[in-house]
Parts: sequence; C-alpha cells; structure tokens
Amino acid sequence: MSGLYNDTAPPMEARGILTQFGENVIHENLDFRVEKGEIIGLVGGSGTGKSVLLNTMLGLKDPEGGTIRYFGRDRKDLNPEERAEINNDMGVLFQGGALFSSLTVRENIMVPFREHTDLPVPLIRELADMKIHMVGLPAQAATLYPSDLSGGMKKRAGLARSLALDPKLLFLDEPTAGLDPVGANAFDELILGLREAMDLTILMITHDLDSLYTICDRVAVLVDKRIAIADSLPKVQAYQHPWVQEYFGGPRSRAALTSGKT
Amino acid sequence: MSSNRNTVPAQYHLTQSGQTVTLRATGDWTLKHVGDIDPVLTRDLEGLDYDNVQYDFSGVGKLDTAGAFMFARAVRIGPGERHKWEVIEGNQGQRTLMQAAADSVWGTPPKETRQWYDSLARIGIATERFCSEVIETLAFVGKFFAVIFKLIFKPTQIRWKSVIALIEEIGLNAAPIVMTLCFFIGAVIAYMGANLLASFGASVFMVDLVGVSVLRELAPIITAILIAGRSDSAFTAQIGAMKMRQEIDAMTVIGLDTFETLVVPRALACLVSLPILTFLGMMSGIFAGMLIAWLGGMDVSPILFFNRLNEVVGVKSFWVGMVKTPFFAVIIAVIGCRQGLAVTGSVESLGSRTTQSVVQSIFAVIAVNAIFAILFFQMGI
Repeated sequence: MSGLYNDTAPPMEARGILTQFGENVIHENLDFRVEKGEIIGLVGGSGTGKSVLLNTMLGLKDPEGGTIRYFGRDRKDLNPEERAEINNDMGVLFQGGALFSSLTVRENIMVPFREHTDLPVPLIRELADMKIHMVGLPAQAATLYPSDLSGGMKKRAGLARSLALDPKLLFLDEPTAGLDPVGANAFDELILGLREAMDLTILMITHDLDSLYTICDRVAVLVDKRIAIADSLPKVQAYQHPWVQEYFGGPRSRAALTSGKT
Repeated sequence: MSSNRNTVPAQYHLTQSGQTVTLRATGDWTLKHVGDIDPVLTRDLEGLDYDNVQYDFSGVGKLDTAGAFMFARAVRIGPGERHKWEVIEGNQGQRTLMQAAADSVWGTPPKETRQWYDSLARIGIATERFCSEVIETLAFVGKFFAVIFKLIFKPTQIRWKSVIALIEEIGLNAAPIVMTLCFFIGAVIAYMGANLLASFGASVFMVDLVGVSVLRELAPIITAILIAGRSDSAFTAQIGAMKMRQEIDAMTVIGLDTFETLVVPRALACLVSLPILTFLGMMSGIFAGMLIAWLGGMDVSPILFFNRLNEVVGVKSFWVGMVKTPFFAVIIAVIGCRQGLAVTGSVESLGSRTTQSVVQSIFAVIAVNAIFAILFFQMGI
C-alpha cells in the first residue's frame, strides 16, 4: 500500500529483548510477536515485568538489547516523522484510564485530534461524541470530569481516547481489573465489537481468566524472563511449566472454563 | 495533510430517485480527508429532500470511523430522529462501522452552555465560597485547639518522631535562607537610615532605626512570610496528595486521627521552629546593620553601636517581636493543613488549594501583625 507500511507484516514484533535495571535482569532473549487482526492476551505473575514489557513495546522505554519492529519496520530506523505516524496507529488504555483530570471526557478525546489533525473544532467535537457513543458511554458523560466517573466509565472513556485516531494496534493494560463481573463481561463484548468494526489488532495484559477464555485468540505467557509460549489456549494449558500449570489448573481457572463453555 | 501515504482522495456521487437518495462513494474515507469533504457533503445533503438513504461502498478503499461518521451525516435529521438507511454494496467491516456511526448520530449530545448571567453567577459563587472558607477555617482552628488541649494531658500521644523530623525540615533547613534574607533587609534599612539621617547630622540614630524595625517588625514578619511560602505549600501538597491517593481515608478507617497524626505534629514543629528562626533572623539583621554602620562610611564602631542599642532599643523590642511568632506559627500550620485536607480528587484542586493556602497564610500573617501593632500602640509598648 505505502512505503511506510507493510500490510502483511505483524503489527508489532519484538526480538531478543533484554531489559535490565542495574544488575537485575527482567527480560532476557524475549521474542514476542503480535499477528494482524488477533486479540492476544499476555499473562504472567506479579513482578515478571509485564508493565515494563508494555512500556518497551510502546516505545516509552528503550530495551537494553534486541529490536522492536512495528509493521515490519525496525523502530531504530524510523525518522521522527515516521515515529509520530506509527504512534498515531497505536492506542493505549492505561490501567487507571490515565485521563487528563483537568479536562472533560469530551475534551480528553479531542486532545489527539487537536494535536494530530487540522480539522475544525466543531467537527472534532462531533467525532469525539461518536467515540463516546461507540464505547457505550451515555451522551451526558461528555461534559463530566474524570473525577465524576466510576471506575468502569473511566476505562471506557480512556478507551474512547485511545481509539480517537483509529489506531491499528491497541494495547490494553488490565482492561477489566477493578470492574465487577457484569461490567467486565460488557467490556469484553465491547472490545470484540470494536475489533470487528475497526479492524483492530489488540494486545491485552490481563489477569481476568474469563477474558482469556472468551475473547483472546492467543495467550502469551511471560515466565522465566521470556515469553515461554504464545499459542491458542488449549495448547498453553497443556504446556509443561509449573507456573502455567498452577495458573490454569487452579480453582479460579476451572470455574472460568466451565462458565465459558456453558 | 501529510502525503507520504498513498491515499486516494474521498469522492462521492449523490443520485435521487423518488424519496431515496443513493450515495456512491469512492476513494479513502479516512480522518485525513474528512476535513475537506465535510462542508461540501453537508451542503449537498441540505439541498435534498428524502426519506431513505442507500450506500454503495463498492469503490471505497479505506474506511475509518471518521469516514463512516461523514456517511452518517446523511442519516441524521434531529434529536431522536433519523432517516432509514441501508448499505447496498459493501463488505462486512464497512457495514459494521456504518452501523456504529449511524447509531451514534441518534441522540443529541449535551452542550456546554454559556449564558449572559454566568459572570453574575460566578460573583455569587465566589462570595459564597469566601464566606464558607472563613467559617471553615475558623471551625478548623477551633477543632485544632480542642485536640491540642486534649493532647496536653496525654503528651505520650503526640507523635514526637514526626515532630522532630518536621522541625528539621521547617526549621533547620530554612535557617540559611531566613538569615540571608534578614541580613539583606537589615543592610538596606541601615543604608536608608544613614542616608536620611545624615542630612540632619544624626547618623547615629540609624542604630535605633535598625534595632527597632528589625526586632519589632521585619525579622518576625519576613520569617513568617518565608515559612508561609516554603512550608505551607509543602503541607498542603503533602496532605493533598495523601488525600488524593485515599491515604487519609485509610487512616480514618484504621482509626488514626488525622488531626493527631498530621496537623498537630506540623503545628508543634512550626511552634518550635518559628521563634528560633525569628531569633536567627533578628541576629542576622542586627549584624548587617552593625556592619553597614561600621564599614559603610558612618564610622559608628561596633562598641558604640551596641551601647546605643542597649540604651535606646532595649530588650523590650525583642520581646515584642518574639511574642508574635507563636501566633504566626499556628496560623501557618493550620491554614496549610486545612487546605491540604480540603483537596478533592482532581489534580486541579491540588493546585488551587496550594495557591490558596499560601495566599491565605501570608494574608493572615500580615493581618494579625497589623492587629498586634494596634494593640501594642494602645498599650503604649
């Protein structure tokens, strides 16, 4: 299609990533690939560096070794303009929503438009309202401030902002953490719907086994400083590793599995 | 518009048969193009009278939500009303996107309204806020003294460890800056006095001027204002950040009294630090006056300076200055802590509360100082 993008290449690919803080090695020889159009879940125990990996993949942190490729292009080879353009093709939902607390929900969503397009403000406002509708927030939420929103609404508003510029690749950091089961299910449904409508590729860090069972195409497991396995759920469950066995063999997992099947 | 992506400009063709409008679109309907197409499409649609819309997306390359929103323009009539529509040619992704876009134009988004009387309303709100601020601050002072009296009989409940740590922060760390400032102020007063009094041939009176002004007024007030700016903002920011992260709520639930753990240590630290700092400021200001008198061309030797100081100024001025400092200390601590506890969830409120805290405490320090001046004058001190 264009010089910058290779549409057949995976949206995000990490090879041989080494991350360390001083003597403390977090990731070593980590390979990870996100395929186009999939929803991939990333799981790992606390302190295994999931959030650090997310920051590395987003470009907030440079790894000590290894390469990150976006749409087939090495991050190091991109010039600043190309970096900016690729950044616009990535959306992130941070754990707490990370909404700007001095702006209303609508203004929050307008920020990326104002920064990266030269559309007239009334049109931006309409597009922001459309995003608010798409993530399932009531229209009245547009003029509220983040401190007036509940946890679930904040996540939806954060999602609306991350979707503002129609990204191709969406990162979700624990999207359903802190939501009640009903809200979490609704959020999972929303993500599925948006993927279909907007042709998204989604990487989600999650601890919610229900999400893993119901919406993830593949599951990647971060143990022993690397991605040990990234495959469909049955294959991951069959993987012989103490942590993986414990994770998927626990009572919570069995409960989620049975409820997912019925 | 950036051009390093090969995109085809969005184009459309409208045909009407009966009450049905058919919109044939070609090209890429993406965020990059909607800015150009929006006014044209809106104007074209306004000129038509129709009930049904048919979309033909067979020629469309890329389509994103912004593009779909443009198509949905044709559907919207007004709040809660829209035309019938269908996609006659298009793939599944385009249909889903179009459905989402058409759904989103259904309702009316709330508007931020501005009215002519808004400014009057704001005056009213500000007045109300001023009154409630005064009442709440006084209530806080009352509560503070109630807690203090309770603690006087149970001194073991006072958190001495944090008092000591705060004294280091408020007192010791501020000593250099307080002394430097008072040194400059003392020197300036000495020069001013020397210039003015020399014309009467009464240069030696500068000793009175420096002594009285530094001891009675300048050292206490400069110290208090400096601590109000330096530590008061820190109190508000610390306690406000704790409030934002629900630490205050956690303390209350665990059963810690926020007054005992946060406010009282800060007040006690201020009560100890401020008199000491004021004393250091006085010494530094007097020393500066003495240096200027001696070396600044007035030929007032240090011995003469101190003799005159003892004779005319006396220890009374010193005590007049010192007696004010505990009041300033309580004002600073109480206002800083109160504003910190008044912080709500947003970052903005933290900022505005910190500003208010500094402004209020400096205002209160100067106002109380003026009351003291009137009192002392009436009492003949």
